[in-house]
Amino acid sequence: MPESLLEIRNLKTYFKTDEGIAKAVNGVDLNVPKGQTLGLVGESGCGKSVTALSVMRLIPDPPGKIMGGEIIFDGQNLLKLSESEMRRIRGNTISMIFQEPMTALNPVYRIGSQMAEVIQLHQNVSRREAASRALDMLHKVGIPDPKQRLQEYPHQISGGMRQRVLIAMALSSHPQMVIADEPTTALDVTIQAQILELINTLKDEMGTSNLLITHDLGVVYEMAQWVAVMYAGKVVEYAAKSDLFNRPLHPYTIGLMESIPQIDRPLPKTKILKAIPGMVPNLFELAYGCYFQERCNRAFERCHGEEPPLLDKGSDHLVRCWRHE
Amino acid sequence: MNNRNLLVVQGLKKHFAMGGGFLHGPAFHLKAVNGVDLNVKRGETFGLVGESGCGKTTLGRCILRLEEPTGGQIFFEGLDVLACDRRQLQKIRRDMQIIFQDPYASLNPRKKIRRIIGEGFNVHKLLSQTERRQRISELANLVGIRPEQIGRYPHEFSGGQRQRVCIARALALNPKLIIADEPVSALDVSIQAQILNLLVELQEKFSLTYLFISHDLSVVRHICDRVAVMYMGRIVEMADSSTLFTRPLHPYTLALLSAVPVANPRTKSKRIHLYGEVPSQINPPKGCTFNPRCSIKKDICSQQQPELGEGEAGHWVACHVSKTEI
Repeated sequence: MPESLLEIRNLKTYFKTDEGIAKAVNGVDLNVPKGQTLGLVGESGCGKSVTALSVMRLIPDPPGKIMGGEIIFDGQNLLKLSESEMRRIRGNTISMIFQEPMTALNPVYRIGSQMAEVIQLHQNVSRREAASRALDMLHKVGIPDPKQRLQEYPHQISGGMRQRVLIAMALSSHPQMVIADEPTTALDVTIQAQILELINTLKDEMGTSNLLITHDLGVVYEMAQWVAVMYAGKVVEYAAKSDLFNRPLHPYTIGLMESIPQIDRPLPKTKILKAIPGMVPNLFELAYGCYFQERCNRAFERCHGEEPPLLDKGSDHLVRCWRHE
Repeated sequence: MNNRNLLVVQGLKKHFAMGGGFLHGPAFHLKAVNGVDLNVKRGETFGLVGESGCGKTTLGRCILRLEEPTGGQIFFEGLDVLACDRRQLQKIRRDMQIIFQDPYASLNPRKKIRRIIGEGFNVHKLLSQTERRQRISELANLVGIRPEQIGRYPHEFSGGQRQRVCIARALALNPKLIIADEPVSALDVSIQAQILNLLVELQEKFSLTYLFISHDLSVVRHICDRVAVMYMGRIVEMADSSTLFTRPLHPYTLALLSAVPVANPRTKSKRIHLYGEVPSQINPPKGCTFNPRCSIKKDICSQQQPELGEGEAGHWVACHVSKTEI
């Protein structure tokens, strides 16, 4: 495995609710290799966003709390840092791009002043210098007529343009790592293609390492070199992209791939898809053993009694399944 | 009129008045649907695809007369929908039902599932109490809701289950046409497949006709027999699903298809980049509305709006250039 910039070991983030403790992230292990992109895939509620927020230490406490584990970034454990030390990393060495470009910008400030504020906060520069860096960044992310845009308010530009502004803000401090949480989910497919290409180009240009969170396997295939699949708060499979797509091992990964209609394959004779039966388990009533057992077509006795560890199948292909012991 | 067609739409327009004031009248019009012709055959699944704002949802709502169209005609089983009075319209609506995208917003949170599914019987004053009760549990069973669950409220259900309730409600009056407006877009991947399978099974069982509105091209290709691609309020291409996805003619369709991220190690992606964004619908470009983003445009494209014309049998395209050159 290439050298990692970010290593998460046995991360546990729980939320206290009226119904009990929700173990949103329940022992996550993953690596983001230096200069590459790790795609973190899973369905809603599997804990992928909570994992990202835990890395940024942005879990609202209460109700949430990081209960244990390690988040090693560039050699230091982020969970051991003080809040003021963390503030120096957040948005500076690690930046984040959110899903909803509509809500991530403040509607009552001009784009230029929002960008300059971020730049001034993280880099020791004058107001004028910050404004000129903001202009450079807008140029870099391919916004036409950037000078004009700086004077405008978020509602005056389209969703695709807003996402470009957020990317410009995230990269303005030259971070080592960018966490992008469903960056294109709110966008149309032709705009999505533009934004994905932009993220990839900037990654190579600026040498960042990316953690890309998405539910779309197609997006992961185009963007990532490594993939982690999450289910019910745990990573169930981790592999290099080509290994994962050519030889998926976990029944959940296989089920996900089979349940999606493929636009580039010959049309099957039947319109019936191979769906995964049942639903994601309730985080308050997790079964003993493997969390996927109820929906799994390959479950056997051991899956009901004992939780499988993350097994190494060679060439850094890890899978959490007793069938592969 | 061809009896194989369940639904025929001709020259349909829906313009929304925008701006202006109380005394001045509207300042401008947003042409959400701007001259759409299509026909949906009995028993088929007709797909309507396009990006947000292209008018596909408005078109669906116009067919049900949830929106009053500005112009054009709609025929359902040969009957002029726009000429119907209230009573006739209510009768037609028994045969046309809709499933909405967001199963969280489309179910009344204060009503139990039983009442939601049986709503149509109240509206149309059908069946006795006992018959209703029996039919409701039949419907619930059909869509995979357990009998003990029909006394519960919507908030106790997951997104996928709610969409099952919406489907049961749509089926209650034995409709002929179901307009499904992004029925799986709000659902998780593994649940999407379950709901799509349910729709396919129900179609076979009750010979339903679907108008399937979606932005997800992979899903549309999988489930639809024929597909129309919309751009800025117009249909730019219409064909059999297999033809449209293997031999698209319109440059917008080509770009749309190539923009879909594909998870397949064996596919080399040849992406056609579409620069710029959808132009403003309030002040649309002159000529072909796609011309500012088009890579194969000619002089005529910025002057004259191309008509939807039939190339090969059943393959319609609205483009000055592609008919002759692709």
